[in-house]
Amino acid sequence: MAAVVVKDLRKVFGDVAALDGVSLSVRDGEFLVLLGPSGCGKTTFLRIIAGLERQTSGDLLINDEIVNDITPRARGVAMVFQSYGLYPHLTVANNIAFPLRTQGTPRPDIKRKVDWAAGLLGIDHLLHRHPRQLSGGERQRVALARALVRNPTVFLLDEPLSNLDAKLRASARSELKQFQQKVGTTTIYVTHDQVEAMGMGDRIAVIDHGKLRQVGTPSEIYDHPADDFVASFLGTPPMNLVEHNDGLLGFRPEHFLPREMLDGAALSELPFRIDRMEYLGSERILYGALDGFQAKREITAKLPAHVPLSGIRAGEWHKFAVRNAELRYFDRDGRRIVSPKEQAR
Amino acid sequence: MSVTAQAAAPRRLARSRFTFDRLEVLGPLFIIPAILYVVVLVGLPFLLALYYSVSAYSIFNPSYTFVGLKNFREVIDSEIFRRTLANTLIFTISAQIIGLLLGKIGAMLLMQEFPGRRLARALIVLPWAVPVSLATLAWVWMFDSLYSVINWTLLAAGLIDPAHRPQWLGQEDLAMIAVATVHAWRLFPFGVVIFLAGFTSVPQDVLDAATIDGAGFWRRNYQIILPIIAPIIMIAVIFGTVFTFTDLSVVYLLTKGGPINSTQVLGSLAFQVGILSGDVAHGAAICLFLFPFLLVAVILLLRSLRRREI
Repeated sequence: MAAVVVKDLRKVFGDVAALDGVSLSVRDGEFLVLLGPSGCGKTTFLRIIAGLERQTSGDLLINDEIVNDITPRARGVAMVFQSYGLYPHLTVANNIAFPLRTQGTPRPDIKRKVDWAAGLLGIDHLLHRHPRQLSGGERQRVALARALVRNPTVFLLDEPLSNLDAKLRASARSELKQFQQKVGTTTIYVTHDQVEAMGMGDRIAVIDHGKLRQVGTPSEIYDHPADDFVASFLGTPPMNLVEHNDGLLGFRPEHFLPREMLDGAALSELPFRIDRMEYLGSERILYGALDGFQAKREITAKLPAHVPLSGIRAGEWHKFAVRNAELRYFDRDGRRIVSPKEQAR
Repeated sequence: MSVTAQAAAPRRLARSRFTFDRLEVLGPLFIIPAILYVVVLVGLPFLLALYYSVSAYSIFNPSYTFVGLKNFREVIDSEIFRRTLANTLIFTISAQIIGLLLGKIGAMLLMQEFPGRRLARALIVLPWAVPVSLATLAWVWMFDSLYSVINWTLLAAGLIDPAHRPQWLGQEDLAMIAVATVHAWRLFPFGVVIFLAGFTSVPQDVLDAATIDGAGFWRRNYQIILPIIAPIIMIAVIFGTVFTFTDLSVVYLLTKGGPINSTQVLGSLAFQVGILSGDVAHGAAICLFLFPFLLVAVILLLRSLRRREI
């Protein structure tokens, strides 16, 4: 069963199409991540699902019912905002209770549900504080508790981790994912951070310029990008793309290794001129150029830091290679060409 | 070699060049005009008023004889003063409520997107910006017994009887309505600006969250927006109250306190007694009745303001 279905959704602001015909179905209980650069239309998409904006055309279904003209409060969705959107004049308890009050929930039930949500998120001791007395991580939990408390059909999360510092973000990421698995609520999560997308999403939908580029599991998106945009948006550094036979040839930096490290299997040897090296602790990034290939960007290779750099020096050529199975081909328009061997699999 | 020799004696930067970078110079420099203003234009007149109010000073008999609280007692005993005090309260409270209420509605309308919104926002400030004498003169004509456009309109609409047209400035009850209306009209742009500033200071995320949490128009307004902007509104109320309580221009220009003192307010009465009649001592005593009222109002409001912040 699909919890949320959108069909050919379009949203036009003036003469700019923020969403240009997006069709997508989110499965019941799924954690779907909408990933894209800023300004790609992902937040607009979320706001349309929430009912904060009306689409220009297209249908939106929640639990198999068309909700195009249903008010936000009747849609049964809950949303967590980038800056959390907590009510500054209300205590944590009243913040969490607010959606219940608007529904006219009886007082004892409100108390019970607030305690339950606060307990689940470990914020019971903060119930009498005001939002400004909380840290970023605590505010985020309050926002989640407020979203959770009325058993929404869908959770909509708009970059909820972007206001946390890097260290907290990593732990919040895994907590959020665990939490979602525990409550099992269908979740649509918007982010521009590929690490969040890869780490949390059951599936990822990559959006660019209002168009859906690819929907798939993190490994599908990473290993088999549908086009050159997806290929170059994911990965740090992203996939190397070079011009090849009227199209593009792509390979991930971590698959582009010194020839002597690879053995057996079918290889493509590529002489690599190393221009500079970056040491990142656990790995080294090598920047340079290939002999005989035109590339849009600098070519990069990613080597584990423990590999000895025998004979590899900046300013010199070295024989590098990629396993043929790791090569990806794209046509002139950037769309993926699936090799016959892959199709057989 | 010569380079090292020079480096041995580092050049001292002229201190005077950075005089104005020093906080102990710049700070007092900035605060002095404000202090001068308060001392010369607020402090001195206030002390003078205190002094006159306990003397028998009048322009005909400039004697500094100390008379104690005699002036105050006489003022309190006078029928006119008691009526004036009640008028001032009615005038202040009603103008305040009407002005701010309309200001809120105006601000809510101006938050909407519509063609010409910028122009409308600019024009709304006019009643505040136009000199009070000019604006009030226009109102005098609108309330005029013969040429009142208000009456013409009401007549044309068949709402009033031509034989009994309202004398806006000549009837006791209507005159109070007239002065309060004009003052509310002057406060209105201020209310609009304050509420607009308040509304735009409420984060969109908070409003969106309330919408999704199921709050409709009224709940969003009275449970989310108003409590959040309450501190800003408090400032508007303090300012508006002081501005209205001490105002004499509208009353003086429209009715001169009449008919039969029905629109007399503390400011206009003090002006009439102290300046026009030359009884400076009683004028000062009347004026000083403003002080405790304003003091109490400001203390109350500031306290509620601080409670909000905690």
